[in-house]
Order: sequence, then structure tokens, then C-alpha cells
Amino acid sequence: MSIASSSRAGNRGDGRLAAVFIAPAFLGFAVFLLWPTLRGVYLSFTRFNLLTPARWVGLDNYVRMVNDPIFWESLRVTVVYVVLNIGVQTVSALAIAVLLQRLTRSPWLRGIVLTPYLMSNVVAGIVWLWILDTQLGIGNEIIAALGLDRVPFLTDETWAVPTIALINVWRHVGYTALLLFAGLQAIPGDMYEAARVDGASEWRMFRRITLPLLRPVLAVVLIMTVIGSFQVFDTVAVTTAGGPAGATNVLQFYIYGAAFGRFQFGYASAMSVALLVVLSAITFVQYRLTRAGRTDLG
Amino acid sequence: MTDTTAVAGPVTARGDGGGRRGLSPGRIVAWAVMAAIVLVTLLPFYWILRTALSTNTGLAAHPAGPLPVDPTTSGFERALGLQSAEEAIAQGGSGGGLRFWRYLLNSVLVSTLITVCQILFSAMAAYAFARLRWRGRDTVFAMFLAGLMVPAVFTLLPNFVLIKELGLVDSLLGIALPTMFMTPFAVFFLRQFFMGVPREVEEAALLDGAGKVRIFFRMLLPMAATPVLTLAVLTYITAWNDYFWPLMVSYSDSSRVLTVALAVFRAQTPTTGTDWSGLMAATLIAALPMLLLFVVFARRIVGTIGFTGIK
Repeated sequence: MSIASSSRAGNRGDGRLAAVFIAPAFLGFAVFLLWPTLRGVYLSFTRFNLLTPARWVGLDNYVRMVNDPIFWESLRVTVVYVVLNIGVQTVSALAIAVLLQRLTRSPWLRGIVLTPYLMSNVVAGIVWLWILDTQLGIGNEIIAALGLDRVPFLTDETWAVPTIALINVWRHVGYTALLLFAGLQAIPGDMYEAARVDGASEWRMFRRITLPLLRPVLAVVLIMTVIGSFQVFDTVAVTTAGGPAGATNVLQFYIYGAAFGRFQFGYASAMSVALLVVLSAITFVQYRLTRAGRTDLG
Repeated sequence: MTDTTAVAGPVTARGDGGGRRGLSPGRIVAWAVMAAIVLVTLLPFYWILRTALSTNTGLAAHPAGPLPVDPTTSGFERALGLQSAEEAIAQGGSGGGLRFWRYLLNSVLVSTLITVCQILFSAMAAYAFARLRWRGRDTVFAMFLAGLMVPAVFTLLPNFVLIKELGLVDSLLGIALPTMFMTPFAVFFLRQFFMGVPREVEEAALLDGAGKVRIFFRMLLPMAATPVLTLAVLTYITAWNDYFWPLMVSYSDSSRVLTVALAVFRAQTPTTGTDWSGLMAATLIAALPMLLLFVVFARRIVGTIGFTGIK
């Protein structure tokens, strides 16, 4: 009797228990995610310097943003950075994932590839700042030893953005490769066997089997990494601090400067909203273009 | 995203890789490329060590040799604040008095607090979403999922304003608070796992008279050890490596974490040029704990990163 009733009680609903279990997470969600999101949008319509209460100014911040040449320039720098970063990173990660898949199943090798991801962006930035130092860096020593001119990687306006993009590729490519590798694991091995029996080359197998079947995974990884890439800040902050002459003044760095350098929290929030809109649009378009939801494996 | 999780779910056993052991020219080239990748991946780590163990004058004289120049631990002493300001300046430091022991402790405290609380609370919520019946469950879960769409940086400014209003600026709690309770990803990820556990297991325990609280802590949580561990290690690494948020919140030694301290160290360039030896020693101090953590858990983590990794 008691057994039956307790099992029925378990099925009827667990309102009280659920309330206890969900409470901490819900509190965190409401206070540190939902509320700040709404507040961030609200602040973008105000003038706010942290010391005096926010004052509603309507669209002033947005008007100012549209007319701010530095905003547009930093958006352009950010887009250039993202294109370089994601372009190189996706191709390299795909190459590494396929190499891992076709060459060896050693978890050691996968572990090694992942190591840079364990470093912070700050560590990666500082290490490469040292390696690429114009006078003493080993990178430039090697370039000089080859008889070429030393490259001012992080102090030259044309080199700085590509250099930062590649530093971040170094840190993130292994992680991206492992995500793609996991996707490759889901492709049935007998497809490769069959192709091999038909005499297909590795390149052909890559084009005809790997790429099409990996597409949904690739699409999700791409959306994820593009969103992350747009938020670049750390590496810029420790290597170039936006310089030389604003060449690496990426959007997030400009926003930080507006908020914590000039205490224009309202204007900084408006630019954050702009970034949010850009990211949502990109996610939507990418999702549609690559039909991320569908898989050819069916 | 549910689709891809499903795709990555059952890993099909594949018999190739070991199938063709013969060394064709193509395979040799492929291995060479792989070797180059490993080299580019690992050499910077060796270079940190080589620099940290050299003196600044030695580095200036011999920038290229493979071994440390005038091997010394003075870089570490400077980073850990064991040298007097005069000594430090004499050896190419700034004499700025950074104490990396303190920052190391701060980083450990913040990362541990975030990881333990976030995983526990997220797991409890995940269980409530996966197994308990309550009104509004689907609505709340949809809200959490929508939270995945908000990029982390968007909430930083308003969260800073909130932390300031709470009077928690420049405190370790202030750094930990926003990610201490949950992340939508952790909840989503653990819910997926709990959904996959066969209900029969719990029903048998229910029939034996076990309560749901007991079932969660004694059965489901232990069963989820591997995914929980992977998630915990990734959370720890993320918390440890975070820079932007602690940079906003922390102003003094009392709440300074390693990433922020490193950037401060980097900015304190002495007139004689950057103190590379000390900076690399500090970098190693910041990086080593994560490398050790990884060495301990590498096999499990590498095996579990699949679509668990979506962040």
C-alpha cells in the first residue's frame, strides 16, 4: 500500500521540491542575466556616468553613434579582424581535425593540440608579444637570420590586426579542431571503406564525404566562433591597447574605453546594443544560409 | 542545437586509421604537417620557461639560443615579490611590488567558488527540468535557453553597475557572483544528460522508498560523474582565464586575479625596457595550474569534448 501511494505521489507533481531545486539557478538567471540584459537596453537610452542617476535622453546615444567616425572605424577594424581570425582558424581547425581523424586516434595528440586553449588570452597575448618583439623576440631573430627585414608585428598599423588575429587562432584552433573532430566521429567509417574500394583519393573522400556530412556541425561551430571572435578584447588590451594610432581599436575595446575611461555608460551601452544586433543578425543569416538544423546523415 | 547533440551522441566505432599502416608519400607529408602543428603549439611554452630562467641582460645579449642564459630564478623571485625594490630594479624589474602568491590565491578562490556553486546549482536546475513535474517548467526552460543567445559581453556593463550598487566592487565575491549561480549552457548540457538516463533506474529506487532528493544526490549525480567533471574542468579553466570582467571589478591587490595582475605587470615597463624574464616567470605561474589540471584530467576531457563544448 505505502509503496503504491508513494510512487503515485512521485508522479503527481513536485512543485515544492522543484521550487527548491530551481531557486538558486533562477535567482542567478533573473539577477545576473535577464535583468542586466533589459537594463543594458534601458541604459542605452540614457545619459549615465555611474555617480548621478541615469537620465533618459531618448535616441541621443544612437544618433551620436551613427555620427561617430571612431565607432564606424572600430566596427570596420573588428570586421577585418573577425574575417582574418575566423577564416584562418576554420581552415586550420578543419585540417587538424581531418589529420587527427585520418592519421591517428591518439588522445595524446588531441591533448597537445588543446593545450593553448588552457592559457588565458592574456597569457597568449603576452607570450606572443615577447616572441614577436622586434628587437629581442625569437620570431624576429629567425626572420633576421633568414636575411629578411625584421617585422614590427604589433607596432605597425598594417601588421597589428593580422598579428592579433593569428595569436587568437593559436589559442583557439585546437579547441575548434576537437569540436570538428567530434563531428567527424559521427560519420560512419564504412563510407570511407566503400570509397576506398572504389579507388577514391583522400582529397576526393574529403570533398565528397567529409565536407558534406560535416556541414551541420561546421555551421554550428562557425556561428559559435564568429560570435566569440566579435567580442575580442583581452588580446588587444594586453598587446597593443588599441594602437598603433587606433589600428586595433576593436569595438569591444572602444566600448570599454567609453565606459571606464570617459564614464559614458549610456553611450557604451548603445554601442553594446549595436554589437548585439549585429551578432543576432549574423547568427540568423548564417543559420539560414548553412541550414545548420539539417543534417545529411538523416 | 539539439540536432547536433544527437549527431554527436552515439560515436560509431570506426575501423580505419589503423587500417592502412603503409607509409605512402601522402601519409609522410601529413605526418610532417602534424609535426609542424605540434611544434607551433608547444614551442611558445618552452620559450616561456627559457625566458623565465634567464636574466634580462643575458636575454639582450643572446636572444636566440635554445637554453636559458645565465640560469637564475630571479625572475620568479621578482614575480612573487621576494625581492626588494632595489634588487628588482637592478635586475631589470620595475620594482612595482607585485605579489603573485596573492593573485594565485585569489584566482584559486574565485575559480573554485564559481565552479563548485555553478555546477551544483546548474545540476539541481537541470534535474528539475529533466525529471520533476511542475507548472511553468517549459516556459522557464525556454527562458534559460534564450539566455544562451545573449553574448557574455553584453551583460558586463549592467552587471558592473549592479555589483557597484551592491557595494561589492573590488571584492572576490563581486568577481564570482554573476557566474556563480548558473550558466544557461551548464543547465542545458546537464539537462540533456539527465534526459538520457533511463527512467527505470529511478523508478526502481522510488519503489524502494527513496525520495527524489536522495535519488538526485545519491544516484543521478554520481552517474553523471564524467560529464560533470568535464563541465567542471571547463568551467574552472574559463573562470581562471577570464580577464575582462575581473578587470572591471577589481582595483587593488585584495581582489586582483592572475590575468589582471599579468596585464598590470606588462604595463609597468621599467625605463630599461620590458622585464621579460620576470614577466615570463609570472606568465608561467599563471599558466602552470591549468596545465597541471589538464594533465590530470586530459584523457577524460579530450574524450568528452564533442558537442559538450558548445559555449
